[in-house]
Amino acid sequence: MKLTPLTKGLLADALLIIAAVVAFYAFPYDLAFLTRIVIMAILVLSIDLILGLGGIVTLGQAALYGSGAYAAGLFAIHISGDPLLGLAVGMLAGAAIAFLSGLLLMRAEGLTLIMLSIAVALVLQEIANRARDWTGGADGMRGIRMDPILGLWRFDFIGQTGYIYVCCVLFVVLFALKVLKASPLGLMARGIHESPARMRAIGAPVYQRRLILYTLGGAIAGIAGALAAQITQLVSLEVFNFSHSAEAVIMLILGGAGKLYGAIIGTVIFMVVHHLAASVDPFNWLFIIGALVLGVVFFVPQGLLGVPTALKRLIGGGK
Amino acid sequence: MKGLQTKGLNKSFGGLVVARDITLSLQPGDRTALIGPNGAGKTTFSNLITGILKPTSGQILLDGRDIGGMGEAARVRAGIAKTFQITTLFKHLSVRENIRLPILERERRALRFWHRADRDKGVEAEIEAQLSAFNLLGLADRPVQDLAYGQQRLVEMAMTLALKPRVLILDEPAAGVPSSDSHLITGAIEALPADLAVLIIEHDMKLVFQVARSIIVLVNGAILTQGTPPEIAANQQVRDLYLGAHHD
Repeated sequence: MKLTPLTKGLLADALLIIAAVVAFYAFPYDLAFLTRIVIMAILVLSIDLILGLGGIVTLGQAALYGSGAYAAGLFAIHISGDPLLGLAVGMLAGAAIAFLSGLLLMRAEGLTLIMLSIAVALVLQEIANRARDWTGGADGMRGIRMDPILGLWRFDFIGQTGYIYVCCVLFVVLFALKVLKASPLGLMARGIHESPARMRAIGAPVYQRRLILYTLGGAIAGIAGALAAQITQLVSLEVFNFSHSAEAVIMLILGGAGKLYGAIIGTVIFMVVHHLAASVDPFNWLFIIGALVLGVVFFVPQGLLGVPTALKRLIGGGK
Repeated sequence: MKGLQTKGLNKSFGGLVVARDITLSLQPGDRTALIGPNGAGKTTFSNLITGILKPTSGQILLDGRDIGGMGEAARVRAGIAKTFQITTLFKHLSVRENIRLPILERERRALRFWHRADRDKGVEAEIEAQLSAFNLLGLADRPVQDLAYGQQRLVEMAMTLALKPRVLILDEPAAGVPSSDSHLITGAIEALPADLAVLIIEHDMKLVFQVARSIIVLVNGAILTQGTPPEIAANQQVRDLYLGAHHD
């Protein structure tokens, strides 16, 4: 059976929507957990944009996520409880921090870039810790109260509204990234990934281009952070934790980088396995995750999305 | 003053002088070869012109305008394009995409994110024309990494020409290409637009004498002599120094 990329994409979208709806009815008491998965998927998508597409390897996405979370929290407390406005504020904050830190970061590559990106998150965490009056410091930011979405849908206690809200945002982000991936900008990003030297030789200022990609990635990470702040109505210093950045990258590699859907599949599998393994054995759950990642990296380096192709090759049916 | 000029170009790394007072001119339509033994400073000279290296002193002019302060990408946009000594392509992208990117860059469209990259009729028609000019139509949708090295060389040339440069620097265009395929490269060089200024940096003397109308000999970072191919072939100094082994 031959499928054009377009039908494949539509099919994947349909499956994704069905899965989201089924999950909503099948796990009515786990909506908080499902919501966390969806928010995480948006964060992982932001990494897919800069790492999967643009080949920019960082371990500091938490800096942009956390900025979005604090900005949305502050906005909700001091200015307006409107969720969509708060989302826009979080997005702008993520983009702004990505741009400002990117001015330095995007000049670096490899290990230097990874170290610097980790440092940015640590610096922001310390700033948030010191600015107690604004952020609540180590106690976290409390008192976030959200208005109903578009004045119509109130956030409820079981989290139904929240879940539908984050799912809608995920679909919008996914759609935007699909358009971007197929656009000249997307092709340019893949060019930067493949060969910066060649990009310079065709007249592309690589540093500026990387800065643009990083800023776009920051905007999406900011959206994820804002959602987390709005849903949990609490922002703590943990949003800047290194483990956040690292786990998100692992989720991306698990699902398959550069393919968008890989980011979503990787996030779902990582978080579900984490959840189940942790409830079976709260002390050694990391062992299961580690084995899973090892298996994927060794046997299907393209990630779980690459499994069908790998199987086909194994059976010898496809090219 | 049309074309590319360098005036008293010098480059040294500490005490090591790699370019010594290089003054030359490349006019539209020129086919000039830059030859010299290993370590003569040929690639350094190419890097000075393309902006990968900054000269210690001296000027680089394009159509009379000093471009010494421009970065690499800006010089490409100004009209100086080059191919690499070792093919440098977007390996996982298709041949078509490899040619689409330079066109989008040339047209300053590479930052558009709101429409598909492959739907512009003008751009697509230009890609087709470029592909057929280099006999690559049959390979258009294959990833570049699947192509033979000689074909990859052609893709690189097609990409570079898609930039519509005014000055073209070919850094060892035949390096690594099996001799059975070298006619592809000479053919492509002979078919270059007539008004393009071309500088060929090459080791392969057969190719140089086939395509160059003027030859510059570089030794220890300085120009030893310059002349037509017959003049260079007859020059005893050059024969002793560089061509001896080939011409006995």
